[in-house]
Amino acid sequence: MGTQRKSMLTSGIVRSAIRDSFVKLNPATMMKNPVLFVVEVGTFIVLLMTIFPVYFDTKDDIGFNATVFLILLFTLLFANFAEALAEGRGKAQANTLKKTKKEVLANKVVGNGTKTVPSVELRKGDIVVVSQGEMIPGDGEVVEGIASVDESAITGESAPVIKESGGDFSSVTGGTRVVSDRILVRITADPGESFIDRMISLVEGAKRQKTPNELALNTLLASLTLIFLIVVVTLAPIADYLNIELQVPVLISLLVCLIPTTIGGLLSAIGIAGMDRVTQFNVLAMSGKAVEAAGDINTMILDKTGTITYGNRMASEFIPVGGATRERVAEWAAVGSVKDDTPEGRSVLELMRTGSFRYDDMVAEGGEFIEFKAETRMSGIDLKDGRKVRKGAVDAVKRWVASQGGSIPADLDARGESIAREGGTPLAVAVDARILGLIYLKDTVKPGMRERFEQLRRMGIKTIMCTGDNPLTAATIALEAGVDDFIAESKPEDKIAVIRREQAEGKLVAMTGDGTNDAPALAQADVGLAMNSGTAAAKEAANMVDLDSDPSKIIEVVAIGKQLLMTRGALTTFSIANDVAKYFAIIPAMFTLAIPEMRVLNVMGLGTPMSAILSALIFNAIIIPLLIPLAMKGVSYKPLRASKLLGRNIAIYGLGGMIVPFVGIKLIDLVVHLWV
Amino acid sequence: MGILQIFVVLTILMLLVKPVGTYVYHVYSNEPNRTDRIFGWLERLIYLLIGLKNRAGMTWRRYALSFLLTNIVLVAIGYLLLRIQSALPMNPNGIGDMEETLSFNTIASFMTNTNLQHYSGETGLSYFAQMAVIMMMMFTSAATGFSVAIAFVRGLTSKGKTIGNFFEDFVKSHTRIFFPAAIVVTLLLVALQVPQTLDPTLTVTSLEGAAQRIAIGPVASLEAIKHLGTNGGGFFGANSAHPFENPNGLTNVIEILSMWVLPASLPYVYGRFAKNRKQGWVVFGAMLTLFLAFLTIAYTSELRGNPAINAMGIDASQGSMEGKEVRFGIAQSALFTTVTAAATTGTVNNMHDTLTPLGGLVPLAEMMLNVVFGGKGVGLVNMLMYAILGVFLCGLMVGRTPEFLGRKIEPKEMKLIAAAILMHPLIILAPTAIAFMTDLGKGAISNPGYHGITQVLYEYTSSAANNGSGFEGLADNTPFWNVTTGLVMLLGRYVSMIAMLAVAGSLVRKQWVPETIGTFRTDNKLFYAILIGTVLIIGALTFLPAIVLGPIAEHLTLG
Repeated sequence: MGTQRKSMLTSGIVRSAIRDSFVKLNPATMMKNPVLFVVEVGTFIVLLMTIFPVYFDTKDDIGFNATVFLILLFTLLFANFAEALAEGRGKAQANTLKKTKKEVLANKVVGNGTKTVPSVELRKGDIVVVSQGEMIPGDGEVVEGIASVDESAITGESAPVIKESGGDFSSVTGGTRVVSDRILVRITADPGESFIDRMISLVEGAKRQKTPNELALNTLLASLTLIFLIVVVTLAPIADYLNIELQVPVLISLLVCLIPTTIGGLLSAIGIAGMDRVTQFNVLAMSGKAVEAAGDINTMILDKTGTITYGNRMASEFIPVGGATRERVAEWAAVGSVKDDTPEGRSVLELMRTGSFRYDDMVAEGGEFIEFKAETRMSGIDLKDGRKVRKGAVDAVKRWVASQGGSIPADLDARGESIAREGGTPLAVAVDARILGLIYLKDTVKPGMRERFEQLRRMGIKTIMCTGDNPLTAATIALEAGVDDFIAESKPEDKIAVIRREQAEGKLVAMTGDGTNDAPALAQADVGLAMNSGTAAAKEAANMVDLDSDPSKIIEVVAIGKQLLMTRGALTTFSIANDVAKYFAIIPAMFTLAIPEMRVLNVMGLGTPMSAILSALIFNAIIIPLLIPLAMKGVSYKPLRASKLLGRNIAIYGLGGMIVPFVGIKLIDLVVHLWV
Repeated sequence: MGILQIFVVLTILMLLVKPVGTYVYHVYSNEPNRTDRIFGWLERLIYLLIGLKNRAGMTWRRYALSFLLTNIVLVAIGYLLLRIQSALPMNPNGIGDMEETLSFNTIASFMTNTNLQHYSGETGLSYFAQMAVIMMMMFTSAATGFSVAIAFVRGLTSKGKTIGNFFEDFVKSHTRIFFPAAIVVTLLLVALQVPQTLDPTLTVTSLEGAAQRIAIGPVASLEAIKHLGTNGGGFFGANSAHPFENPNGLTNVIEILSMWVLPASLPYVYGRFAKNRKQGWVVFGAMLTLFLAFLTIAYTSELRGNPAINAMGIDASQGSMEGKEVRFGIAQSALFTTVTAAATTGTVNNMHDTLTPLGGLVPLAEMMLNVVFGGKGVGLVNMLMYAILGVFLCGLMVGRTPEFLGRKIEPKEMKLIAAAILMHPLIILAPTAIAFMTDLGKGAISNPGYHGITQVLYEYTSSAANNGSGFEGLADNTPFWNVTTGLVMLLGRYVSMIAMLAVAGSLVRKQWVPETIGTFRTDNKLFYAILIGTVLIIGALTFLPAIVLGPIAEHLTLG
């Protein structure tokens, strides 16, 4: 994993958040949040009563009204601050990104020559030449050449990556630098639509759209606000019948305490912070909806190679067949691999070294290397002396040997199958018409995967492993890694079929991918995580991109999604549970003067009616900044079964939400009572 | 002894829930079963008569439209009959036509299953009106409510696009539930001395030689459906406190059970539809818990008596017997009151106005919540609405977007539910405030001070919850009260019914999310606690300020 992009709370962010808290008082902005808008209107009314007491006949209460006004104002500022702080962190990240988005000059190919143009003038389809040391002027695909590219600007990873035309490593991102060689790039994005542009607007939160769940919650919060508005407005005439006159600031205080200001103030901060946590994790989510969908995932489709296992199948053993010796197998396997640059080939030579086998590399000198091809499924070397060495898939080598009239050793199939059963891949080694033995290629499961799948199971998520291996190999790896299901010999279209099948059962599916042929499946999946190293098509189709190109991160993304939802639920529950205590603080305070018997309802033993109202109001205000860290960090998440998680969270945020304000209001009252 | 009586009734109810629930489930599951042989021919005849050939499922819109239209037609007929009852037959006592606003109020009251009575049956209605308007609506409004509740449950628990056929549900509610049950209960009551006759009012000469008029009529049949349909409108002004409506302890128990057993069995029916009986028991458990809490308050409060009367040196060892019938006593009265408010029947066997403040708080609070069993399905629908709300609030805490019975709760459902939860406090508190701001409203209060607040609050709460019991003591047969309570009853019934049908219509079309170990479960103890918590925090706290000024202030100042 690359270095994580730090998004610390610098003093700069805090300062600008404080400024924004005031800017956001603008009623036009406030209107979007009905809960806070009601508070603002109340604040304004109390302000008028404080400034112009003559018109409202409130001269005697200036001190109280001014205090209420200040507390209400701070309630608003605290709520604004929470949102501004969350946005500020995003903006800081965006600024870092913007620095990489410098205006560069591009060498655009025109006819046979090139022309230097500013990068903003490049359009989709233009071809540019980028040489060593130059900045790639825009998102595109390498159409010619191979180069190493420093992508640290977007990934934070300092080691350069190889980009070449064709295949799955052809996409390049604007703002990254070519550190060696020279490539021709076809531009794939118009200015303003590039990957970095999208990234900036995402982390800035400028285009943040509310998710369906946020919208539904907002509806509920708005209707609760309306209900309490009805409660408070109708209370005055009812009390009036008893000749109890309720002061407007007192009614406004009751209203503000009852409406869900806590969650109303923190809701957008929770959403932004959730996105931010994903970004800090070096994953770019294209929408908040995608992050929430991650929390809802039922099924996860994982590629075996690269995600569950390291993917480099390493030679781990030489197994002789048909009476050959182990040394002989090793010797010829090595000869066949001398010029083989594939990881498998290199691992054979590596095993020679560590296993202290010996071979004469002069034998291969001058020989003609036969590359691995999908049709032949073999590679090897034709030696100068006419001998031919082949290594490859067992059945392919068998056919090759048979075609030369050679015989197949009796124990070959048995040995091969036993390797496959253990999750390995057997490669047969043959010289001319004789099969000498097998190379045991082993694919190693990444450490800790088993525990993670166990966690996923506890969260109710089913894991399906996709692999091109044969069923036997696939089953062994699946067992070793502890996945729930696997698809062997899978083709890209199999993935779509599985996704569709799961979705038809109402399940939400997550998958990772990087190749162009993964794109349709990435688009079909509810959460598609594309690797940044992958093709443009894959990144386009996915709704998340992992800048570190680590496919196993999908598991953490799910945890972040769940944590986001839990944080929202926990603070909503907390906020609504708070009302119980606030009622017991304010209701007796409102009526005790007129009905002294009401004091029995003052269960907290608050000092005076005035101090009770002010204490409840102060608690209501300061709980917002106190909860900002929780909203930003998210509630602690442990992968437990739902019933346990719920029981735990209900105890903390539901019961806690009822008890905390009783204690909090009492403590505040002890202080406030010193003055009033 | 009192507690034993209560315990016996509760036990009988518990024993009835499962068999009755099973029967009701089979009525509406629309799968062939044994009862078809008994009722099938009658239903086929009715279907033939009303031209209901293929009883295709309806979308929620069609269902809502069907039940509304049916209700509108019945309202029109009923209103007309009340306005011209003097010219119609079976009017041996020569009762005149009903006044416009009172007719509006009465029709709104009976069509919405409220049965708030601003008239007195023995002097305001002919026998024909009692039977053709009042009893007809007692059947049809109960059948409407039952059908809508079942349609809602179907929406929650089935897949597809439709939530059943209203006309089929409506017909079956009559033929398989209310007619047979009403016949049985009527016969039982007749056997226990409840009158059932078309003879005019008796005039007898009392021992002092004065002429006394004794009102009689087809009482037993009305009494049966009054309770079975959780209607509550009495034949006589004194309702079930009247010795001809409710002559003894046994009829009292029959009346309690007949209004209680259908609402109480609905959660079980819901569990059957959901193919998970535990879902039903969780809802039932939450309802029963709230019920027992309320019953305890009512019983102990009435038993403790009225301190003001105790202070006068009057023997209060029996408890607060003011406004209660000696033949029922505290236990049977407290139980009846708690049940009638829970099942939103509104029948009374004692005067709620004279209950102790906390005793009077019980029916008031039950109607404010409107989820403690509730009448003809409304209680279940409301409780399920709170369940969805509970899921929405707490469900996020398992780290998934909220799902109820495998369906995602999204903005559309929340908007509809928001409209429903908003409506109840709005139509209770707003008219209460208006009543206190106008002399038209204030003038009707017979008992100023805190009790007056309770009187007004009770009147609108009873209307909004479609309960219909009166706190009495309120001079409410005036155009102001007739019109405002009439409107409150209509809004209280139809807004939430339509909103909830829309929720059902939206949920029924949704893709099901399979249940996993990571799913928020709604069939365990934890959810039972969440459900009660949601009802108390969202439903009850809303009314706390008003209650504090009414019954609680009265209680605290009583001494």
